[in-house]
Formats: sequence, C-alpha cells, structure tokens
Amino acid sequence: MSSFLPPSERIWWNTPVGKQEIIWVGIALVWCLIMFLMMPYWHIYGKQNLSNEAYQTTPAHFQVKVDEMVAKHRVGDESGIPIVKPPAGSDVYMLGRLWQWYPILELEKGQSYRLHLSSMDWNHGFSLQPVNINLQIVPGYEMVLTVTPDTAGEFTVVCNEYCGIGHHLMLGKIYVKEN
Amino acid sequence: MAQFRVCPDSGFYFDKSAESLMKANAVAGAVCLLIAGILALGVMLTRWQYVHLLPADMFYQVLTGHGINALIFWVIFFEMAILYFASSTLLRTRLAAPRWAWAGFALMIIGMVMNNIAVLQGNSSVMMTSYAPMQADPFFYLGLILFAVGALIGCFVFLGTLVIARADRTYEGSIPLVTFGALTACIIAIFTIASGAIILVPTWLWSIGYIGHIDAAMYRVIWWAMGHSSQQINVAAHVSVWYLIIGVLFNARPMSEKVSRSAFLLYILFLQLASAHHILVDPGISSEWKVFNTSYAMYLAVLASMIHGLTIPGAMEVSQRAKGLTKGMFEWLRKAPWGNPVFSGFFFSLIIFGFIGGITGVVMGTEQINIIIHNTIYVPAHFHATVAVGTTLTFMALTYLLIPVLFRRALFLPWMAKWQPYVFSAGMTMMILFMLGAGTLGVSRRHWDMDFTGAMLSFEYPGTAYTMMGIAAIGGILGVLGGAMYLIVTVGSLLFGKKLDQSAGLFQSFGVPLASSAYNVNQPERLPMAPKLAVEEHGSAGFEAPGTFVLAMALLVCFVVYYFINWDYLASVWPLS
Repeated sequence: MSSFLPPSERIWWNTPVGKQEIIWVGIALVWCLIMFLMMPYWHIYGKQNLSNEAYQTTPAHFQVKVDEMVAKHRVGDESGIPIVKPPAGSDVYMLGRLWQWYPILELEKGQSYRLHLSSMDWNHGFSLQPVNINLQIVPGYEMVLTVTPDTAGEFTVVCNEYCGIGHHLMLGKIYVKEN
Repeated sequence: MAQFRVCPDSGFYFDKSAESLMKANAVAGAVCLLIAGILALGVMLTRWQYVHLLPADMFYQVLTGHGINALIFWVIFFEMAILYFASSTLLRTRLAAPRWAWAGFALMIIGMVMNNIAVLQGNSSVMMTSYAPMQADPFFYLGLILFAVGALIGCFVFLGTLVIARADRTYEGSIPLVTFGALTACIIAIFTIASGAIILVPTWLWSIGYIGHIDAAMYRVIWWAMGHSSQQINVAAHVSVWYLIIGVLFNARPMSEKVSRSAFLLYILFLQLASAHHILVDPGISSEWKVFNTSYAMYLAVLASMIHGLTIPGAMEVSQRAKGLTKGMFEWLRKAPWGNPVFSGFFFSLIIFGFIGGITGVVMGTEQINIIIHNTIYVPAHFHATVAVGTTLTFMALTYLLIPVLFRRALFLPWMAKWQPYVFSAGMTMMILFMLGAGTLGVSRRHWDMDFTGAMLSFEYPGTAYTMMGIAAIGGILGVLGGAMYLIVTVGSLLFGKKLDQSAGLFQSFGVPLASSAYNVNQPERLPMAPKLAVEEHGSAGFEAPGTFVLAMALLVCFVVYYFINWDYLASVWPLS
C-alpha cells in the first residue's frame, strides 16, 4: 500500500539508496553514454550519414533544374517517364509529385552522385528498395546528399509517406549499371 | 456536509464529484477504444494482402480514425480519470472546481465527436499526423483543439486539487509517489497541449482561409512536439499506475523514493523537445541538432525508464520475499497471482513495453539507424508495443481494479477477465514482432497496396514480407479479440455485475452518484506517512531483489545485441554522405 502513501520521511531525498539500485543506475548510464557516442562515432567512421545540406526552394524552381537535367542527359523512356543518365560525380535530381517519382535515373556502380530531392506538392517518402534507405521529402525544401551505389541492379523508389488516394501508385526507379 | 464515501474493500475515499468524473471519463475512454478496435480490424484485414478488404479511400479513412481514437481520445479520457483518482482519491481531498472539470469533460466530448464526424464524412483522411499542406476539413482541427482545451482544464483541476489538499493538510509529509508520477504526467500534458495549440490553431485558420501558407517542415517540427510528448504523458501515467498496482496487490513500496521520483523528474527534463525523433531524415535540420536533441548527450529519459524497469518489479520482489517467497531467484514471480488480470495485465505490459517497445524505440530514434526504419511498418510496430500494450493494457488492468473499487460492482464473467490479458498480449506481441520483421524488409506504413496495382512501374516485395504481414494481421485480430473481451467484461460488469453495496445504478450514477447514504464521511482521516522500511533505517547490505536484477540484465543484453545488429544492418546499405 505504501506506493500510494506519503514517503516515510518528510525529506525523502535524504533516505539512503540501496546498493542494487546504485549499480543498475550506473550500468544503465554507461550504456546510455555509449549509445550517445555511437552517433558521433558513426559520423566520423561510418559510411551512412545524411548531409546537412538543404535549401529552401519552390516547386517551380526545382522543376526547372529537373527539366534541365532531363533535357541534357536523357537516354530513353520507360512507361512514358524519361530515363536519364547523368555523368558520374554530377548533380542529379529527382522530384516527387502526386503520384510519381520523376525521372528514372541510371547510375554507375561505385560512382558518387549529388542527389537532390524535393516535392512538388505534399510530403512524400523516398524509400529505396530493396536497399531500404528511407528519407522524408518535404515540399519547399531541397535535400542534397551524396550517394554511392555499391550494388548493381534495378532499384525501386516506393513512396512511404501517405500522400492521398493514389499513394500506392507512386513508384520510381533507379538503375545501377556495372561500369 | 458529508461528501465522501469509503470503499470498504480498498479503504480508498471517494469524493462525490470526483467519483462521477472518473466514471464518466473512463466510460468515454472505453467508447473510444471500442471505435478504435473496430477500425483496427479494417486496417489489418486490408494490410493482410491476401484478404485486402477495404478500397483505398476507405482504408485511409479507417486508419485515420483508428489512430486518433486510440492514440489520443482513449488514452487521454482515461488519463483524466487517473488524474482525478491520483489527486482527490489518493490524497483524500475534495476535488477543485468540479463544475470546471465537467465543462472540460463536455469540451472533450464535443471535440471527440466533431473530429470523428469530420473523419466519417470522408474529406479528412489525413492520418492522425495531418501533415500540412495536405488539408482536412476545418472541423477536424477544431475538434482536436476543443478536445485539447478540455483536457487542459482537467490538468488545472488536478493541480488545484493538489493545492487544496496541501492547504487542508489532508496528508502528512510529501505527496505519495503515485500522485507524484501523475503530477509529472500533468506537467508534460500542459506542455504538450501548448505545442498542440501553437500548430493546430494556425492550421485550423489555414483550413478556413485566414492564413495563406503553413510551412511543411515547420509543421512537422511543432506537430511532433505535441505528438511525441503526448506519448510521454502516457508513459508517466502508466508507470504511475504500475506503482499503484504493486501497492494494491503486494503492499509494495518503492525501494527508494529518491530514485523513483528522480526518474519521474527525468521524464520532464529530458523528453520535452523530443520531436527530434520524428524528423531524423528530414531536410534542413543539422546532424548536430538531431544527435543532441534525441539524446541530450546521455539519454536520461531512457535511463529513467530503465530505472523504473528495475524499481517496480524490484519493489514487488522485496515485498514478496518478505512474505516468505524466498526460494531461488524467481519464486516471488512464479507464485504471483497470475490468474488475477490486474496483475497479469500489469506484468505483461511492463515486459512488452520494456523489452519490445523500449528497445525498438531507442534503436529507431538513433540518428543514422533511422535511415533504415523511417516510415516503414517498423514504426507502428514500435508504438503498438509502447501504447497499445504498455499504456492500453495497463489501463485495462487498472479497470479491473476500478470496477469493484470505483463502480462497486463485481466482475462480470471473471473467467473472461482472467484470460483477457493473455489473449491481448499474445495477439499484440505476435502482430508487433511480425510487423517489426516486415518493416526491416522495407514494407511501408500507411500504405494501401503492397502489390502497387495499377502503378506505371512495378515492384515486388519478397515473399517473406507478405507472409509476415499476414501473420501480423492474424495476431492483430487476436489482439482485437482481447480488446473485445475487455469491453465485454467492463460493460457487462457495469450493467450486470453484482452490486457491491447500495447503488443507485449505472446511469443515474454519472450525475448523481451512489445513494446519498453511502456518503457518510465528512472529512476523511488525514493520510498518514508510510511506515519505515528496514532498508531506509539502515541502508542496504546486499541485493534485496536478485531476481529482478537478473531480469534487468537480460533486458540490457537484448538491448545491446539488438542495437549493434541494427548498426551492422545499416553498414550494409549504400554509402551516403
């Protein structure tokens, strides 16, 4: 019953603490510190970190950049969506809109690209499968990150942020070719 | 004027108006749980691809309603009842401003109904999070705002009641630990509602055309200041209830008031800005900000939960051992009242909250690991372990205690009550584990069709993902069955349960509580301080609760192993920088 009675001391702060609790708090605190340190550690030694680079933008402005890239590096079409093969190391753009990822990208394995992502309308989720890289795409913001595809094959961008009735239609593709 | 009755079984004193408010809030909560549970069936039978029951528009509508009714309405109504119990009943005092409390309750009901109607009309299928610029009906936001204002009034009534109790000196010394925990929940709730107002009021004005633009990134940052800390209200509330339950069932008390209270304080100090966990892969927010604001350099809120994880079963173990259950490591646990749903519900929620909900929460809240988890079905798996099992099952267990104590009724179908926590925990655990698995395979949350029927391009998830989603749905249906058992017992007890003393009946009792002759106490005796424990007099020589320590170490080992497995998995994805 005493968990719902007032403590037995007026100044409960001064009651001694059992050894068992002190040991557990110590162990748990050390573990919590390790978990914190893992994050900066991974920023220095790990290979999967998001950049801090992002810009405020507008749908119209971002669309222009996407269209420029498509006009310059288009190599084909699939289901009416252009396939774009930008040079290794360059800036590549992909936009999310209701309900499509645009355009389709063709990248080279082992090369790095500066990938720019933004949304034309609502929030979208860039979920690259089956690698399982998931990013939030927010309208009005352009996210920039350097990706280095290290496996070749066909990859799909699933939208994993709910964006209305056609959410399940929203797929994109990234092809990674052996060089 | 006599306004208190004393429960002959538990010795709790009930103030007349506080009692009616507790009943009304608990019943309103149960109604919302019923709605949420029915909608849950629709969600699961659709995500089980083999069945794929609902069309897309209805699926998103049902999912929106399920989330709001379960995560907001059910838990907050029930928490209002807990606040009134922890202040008025535990401190043996009259409730402050009962009319204001009723006004708050009325606002919550109006808000709840308004929001549900908006969702039902079909033009507000925006999910619980309603991320701008996706827009809902103005009544969707207004309903939430009114509900929050009502809850805020309840918080102030709670604080006022603490002030009255102190002024009237209805208790000796400091407030009890359970009330202290409820106070932390109340403080977190006030902050939460303030954040909610900051984002929902402008969003509502935007929906009726007074504001032109809501920044999508800002919306996410501020919305989650409400969305995340509202789940922290739940944690503070259900941990307080855990302490209450071990007190009632085992006469147990915290091993150390200082440690347990400090842990509650850590919840307030280190969780409030935790919207960071939800925007780890958002653009425009620096890594330094993310790393710092998810951990404050040392994860002290996680530490707090790890402390409660030791002190609550530890207190129970100390009490059980004092009764002679000292054989081996676990006799105290083996011989616990496993047939009593108050106990089994409490203990399962503790274990599942800690081992599944806690560990997955910290893992996915790690900045870089979030890349492989964000918005996959792993996320709802996590919060079903924390809220649907941690909080909800705890409140169910508490209900089995309140039916005789507060409602003065015997349990209806006690055999069903006995099995309910088992069915609910088994079903939910099955659902959660397989959803975690499917999330690891990349299956996304809030998604109608994992076949992508009709899309211009195509993609196929691995077969295992389908199997896992199917098993998860079966587990979830079992969980809904467990929820239905809870509602059958609860509603049945209120309607048909044997009356335990003079009662004016269920419906009358909302406004006019039990027959006035039951209220024969003018002023309850002052609440005495707890007797001293041997430990407090002499300090502790050794390990009073070795079994609990073994359990805690098992948790730590699972935690460490699973944490590094996820780093290893992250290391296998494409390099990003």
